[in-house]
Amino acid sequence: MTLKYTDIERLAMLSRLAVNETDYSAVCARLESVLALVDQLQAADTAGVQPMAHPLNASQALRADRITEFNQQQAFEILSDNTHEGLYLVPKVID
Amino acid sequence: MHDMSIAELALGLRAKTFSSRELTEHFLARIGRFNPDLNALITVTGESALVSADAADKQLKNGLAHDLCGIPLLHKDIFCTRGTRTSCASKMLHNFIPPYDATVVENLAQTGMVMLGKTNMDEFAMGSSNETSFYGAVKNPWDTAKVPGGSSGGSAAAVAARLSPAATATDTGGSIRQPAALCGVSGIKPTYGRVSRWGMIAFASSLDQGGPIAKTAQDCALLLGAMAGFDSRDSTSVDRPVPNYHASLNDSIQGLKIGIPREYFSSGLDGRVAKAVQDSLTILRELGAELVDISLPNSHLSVPAYYVIAPAEASANLARFDGVRYGYRCENPKDLEDLYCRSRSEGFGEEVKRRILIGTYCLSAGYYDAYYRKAQQARALIRQDFTQAFDKVDVVMGPTCPTPAFRFGAKGDDPVAMYLEDIYTIATNLAGLPGMSIPCGLVDGTPVGLQLIGNYFAEAQMLNVAHQLQQVTPWHALQPEGLI
Repeated sequence: MTLKYTDIERLAMLSRLAVNETDYSAVCARLESVLALVDQLQAADTAGVQPMAHPLNASQALRADRITEFNQQQAFEILSDNTHEGLYLVPKVID
Repeated sequence: MHDMSIAELALGLRAKTFSSRELTEHFLARIGRFNPDLNALITVTGESALVSADAADKQLKNGLAHDLCGIPLLHKDIFCTRGTRTSCASKMLHNFIPPYDATVVENLAQTGMVMLGKTNMDEFAMGSSNETSFYGAVKNPWDTAKVPGGSSGGSAAAVAARLSPAATATDTGGSIRQPAALCGVSGIKPTYGRVSRWGMIAFASSLDQGGPIAKTAQDCALLLGAMAGFDSRDSTSVDRPVPNYHASLNDSIQGLKIGIPREYFSSGLDGRVAKAVQDSLTILRELGAELVDISLPNSHLSVPAYYVIAPAEASANLARFDGVRYGYRCENPKDLEDLYCRSRSEGFGEEVKRRILIGTYCLSAGYYDAYYRKAQQARALIRQDFTQAFDKVDVVMGPTCPTPAFRFGAKGDDPVAMYLEDIYTIATNLAGLPGMSIPCGLVDGTPVGLQLIGNYFAEAQMLNVAHQLQQVTPWHALQPEGLI
């Protein structure tokens, strides 16, 4: 597996991570070594094997459709840098 | 007091040989003395620990206390603790103070255990050496030039250095067992779903499982009994009664069939580690167990499958850290895209970013079937290997790690070399089986571990076998020099 600059750019964009151009070759080399490792999977004969979704084949548990959470607005606001009258204040990033 | 087992400490508290406050002060003093060098703890909660200890002493006086009441413990900094910073050893959560307790924390607090603080770890549990922590690496108490293992390196090192009799930990690919092995302590990763993941910061949700680290299998049995149980807040929690793990510790192991997978003793395994493991197996045979040669033919697929599934799940789980709602936020973002990108790039460390990129690649359009689906098929084959093995044997055993503890920086430039550190532990997570590591010898003055793998929900049997071995071997009682 050989990665190109454009692959790294695309992955960085999808991941919302910034990769400096100066780091591209180092990032590329390390990702390629990991992808070479995981490419060993391609040699496995998995024809007809059902992909495993859960170790115990459990299905999604359902609960009654009723409210179980209570309002903890004040407790959660403590985590924010800045609040005003029940609103979270964030930097202006959209015009 | 720090040399005593949890059972002995519990007896001492009841006999009023010492109080929980005295015990707590003793361990806090050890933390103050040794932690600056070891870096095993990120946060020390001395003040609240003494308040909890006084409450425990009152409960003990009333005579209605749980067996674990008044015993100090540490929580891995991946478990949310109400009012106490929970950083996951990341700059991203450096300022995160959860408004709630994880179920594991809640369960152990209900017994009256006393939290001394939060342990250091690899960032977001991604690592096998503790070198990826934002707070700096933990040192192995047996040789401070060497790694303690990871990701629960702080928990293992703290118990090994006798800074606490117990610590919680988590295991996604070996993160309880590998550091337990390298630090000479005992640790058990239960069956997937046995311990609630609610309030445990997610790395790879289909693999993550919490468990205890302590000096002995007996201590682990007491702790696991309190940690485990159904939790409706975790949809993967299994609704099944929790056995009394302590009650079966002294059962005979006469006739027990131990499967020895030949793939776990192939090239790559340090000969000295192999000998320590073989010596333990010989002792188990002398105790009446039968050793059975078995094969796990798809073992070689474990590491490749894991490094698709775990990063894929991590890339999805860590998408929530965007600099908007909580966690680290970059300075002066110029637009929304810049806010996301710089907050994540500045907030995450290199290994976390690498795994997000790998996971994103494996899940991206055109690659899903080739990687993720293929890995989930390999996972089914790995589980099938174990299912067939457990038709013939009761428990599977082998080394926990291929080598003893290595020096800091030895594998820093080669992620694949680091990933192979978990070559014997990863299959257990992929199959959802319980796994355990107990000390089985010293190589170059540092400990190595024996791994036990049980059938689903067979934790009681594994703890029984481990306890029986610890009755006739000295390794669990050894402690690093210079930390008396």
